[in-house]
Amino acid sequence: MGVSILALIYIIAAVTFIMGLKMMSNPATARKGNMVAGVGMVTAILGTIFLYRNPDGSLLQNHIWIFGAIAVGTLIGIFAAKKVKMTAMPEMVSLFNGLGGASATLISVIEFNHLADLGFPADASSVGTMAIIFAGVILGNITFSGSLIAWGKLSGKVKDFAFKGQHIINMILFGAAIALSIFITADLQASATVILFYIVFLLALIYGIFFVLPIGGADMPVVISLLNSLSGLSAACGGFLYDNKVVFTGGILVGAAGTILTVLMCKAMNRSLVNVLIGSFGGGGKLAATGEQGQHKEISLNDAAVVMSYANKVLIVPGYGLAVAQAQHTCHELEKLLEIKGVQVKYAIHPVAGRMPGHMNVLLAEADVSYDKLLEMEEANDEFTTTDVVLILGANDVVNPAAKTDPGSPIYGMPILDVELAKNVVVNKRSMKPGYAGIENGLFYRPKTSMLFGDAKKVLQDLCGEIKNL
Amino acid sequence: MESIFHWISANEQMVYILILVIFLGFIVISRVPTVLHTPLMSHANAISGVVIMGAIIVMGRAAADNYIALILGFLAVLLGTINVVGGFVVTDRMLEMFKKKKAP
Repeated sequence: MGVSILALIYIIAAVTFIMGLKMMSNPATARKGNMVAGVGMVTAILGTIFLYRNPDGSLLQNHIWIFGAIAVGTLIGIFAAKKVKMTAMPEMVSLFNGLGGASATLISVIEFNHLADLGFPADASSVGTMAIIFAGVILGNITFSGSLIAWGKLSGKVKDFAFKGQHIINMILFGAAIALSIFITADLQASATVILFYIVFLLALIYGIFFVLPIGGADMPVVISLLNSLSGLSAACGGFLYDNKVVFTGGILVGAAGTILTVLMCKAMNRSLVNVLIGSFGGGGKLAATGEQGQHKEISLNDAAVVMSYANKVLIVPGYGLAVAQAQHTCHELEKLLEIKGVQVKYAIHPVAGRMPGHMNVLLAEADVSYDKLLEMEEANDEFTTTDVVLILGANDVVNPAAKTDPGSPIYGMPILDVELAKNVVVNKRSMKPGYAGIENGLFYRPKTSMLFGDAKKVLQDLCGEIKNL
Repeated sequence: MESIFHWISANEQMVYILILVIFLGFIVISRVPTVLHTPLMSHANAISGVVIMGAIIVMGRAAADNYIALILGFLAVLLGTINVVGGFVVTDRMLEMFKKKKAP
């Protein structure tokens, strides 16, 4: 009876995961979708603890250990998720993702140890099963170490690091892990099997580190999304090993969804996935054109306030600088002040502005900026010609004209916001330092452009003050 | 080669699930607007925490004196729980902001 109930619970859980993802595709139902999947997950977890039966018919043991781990994990999870700032959201997702990968790896390790203790009986350790175990270890470990590096990089703890021939070493590392896995599987009874297994384990960990280290700047969202899909696949390996269809379904679902999301992101940047993975971005920086350097022009707060107040239409281009300064509320205030003066204000959102796709939407939503004011890239590019002032808040690479004009630039080919079509461009930045991708931006030296240096929040507050006094 | 065919026929159900779910995942996701990409990634990340059920099974099977399996299993359940709980809560926090805006 219990087993039938569990089967039913698993089927319902799998449906909630699919429904959840589907409801996530509409802002109106997204939150409910998240909860639906969450409830499905909790039910399936409880069902597993109390109703799961081993092949010999016995129930699961060690409940104290299981509930201990769940209690501690829940507290840590809720605490971390509630504490994290909106700006640090991408790092947090990356970190959670890495932990999921580690969990999947551990399952494969335990299963391997289990088989090793039994002396690898032929019926239980077929080539297929071993392949799944190795896939679980390799994918899980790449997810774990890669996500930790991505987390470190996004939070500024780890710097870009690339050396000559790194791609070749990466390929050798990955190839070695696969080759060794095949070698081990070919003769499981060999005395070195267990040691070699842990070498595969280590190779995958090191590969994960070297795989993410050289990838910098604008490609980080793609990497996190890719690692997310890998963690799904490593989870699916765990589901396969225990013939657990809900784990398998959930894992594959995330693997497929993550892959599509990765591809969508690559498309948004007009880069191929191979290019992202092979070509280290911002690590070398030799190609970054510095030819266009010259004089940049500054604008005073007062002048900026005047230009914007007397404009018909102002488009705001938010970037990571806005997120770092936590200036979204002040930005919304500026928008309201300008609208009182009869200025039409909209936001131009580049799909990869910030550190993750949709990062800016989330941030502006937090400040109650209404939906219809957010323009996607294509819509915005149609409106720039009729725009009087473009206010760029801490965005850089997504407005860099080098993406269109300089074939040598690492971001060449990425669609950008054509801010230069507008009459005036006001750029708020903290300094003239290049952006996250480490590329010089010619836009800052153009005659139409004026610079407004300072922390986004401070500058916006001062701008609001100036506008009120006009 | 023969062993691969044998393996596929022995795991026919799983292979079906694999293929169908891959298509399902593609279709469901390709309709998501850019606005929701970040919460979606976070949501998918939370779902990938399903692996915790594998961890629970491993742990529940371990003999009470097999400390290596118990410790590794404990870690796997712990990390998986952080992934699941943290993932869903973080996603909810992000989506909460969208909801607020819906009310005029």
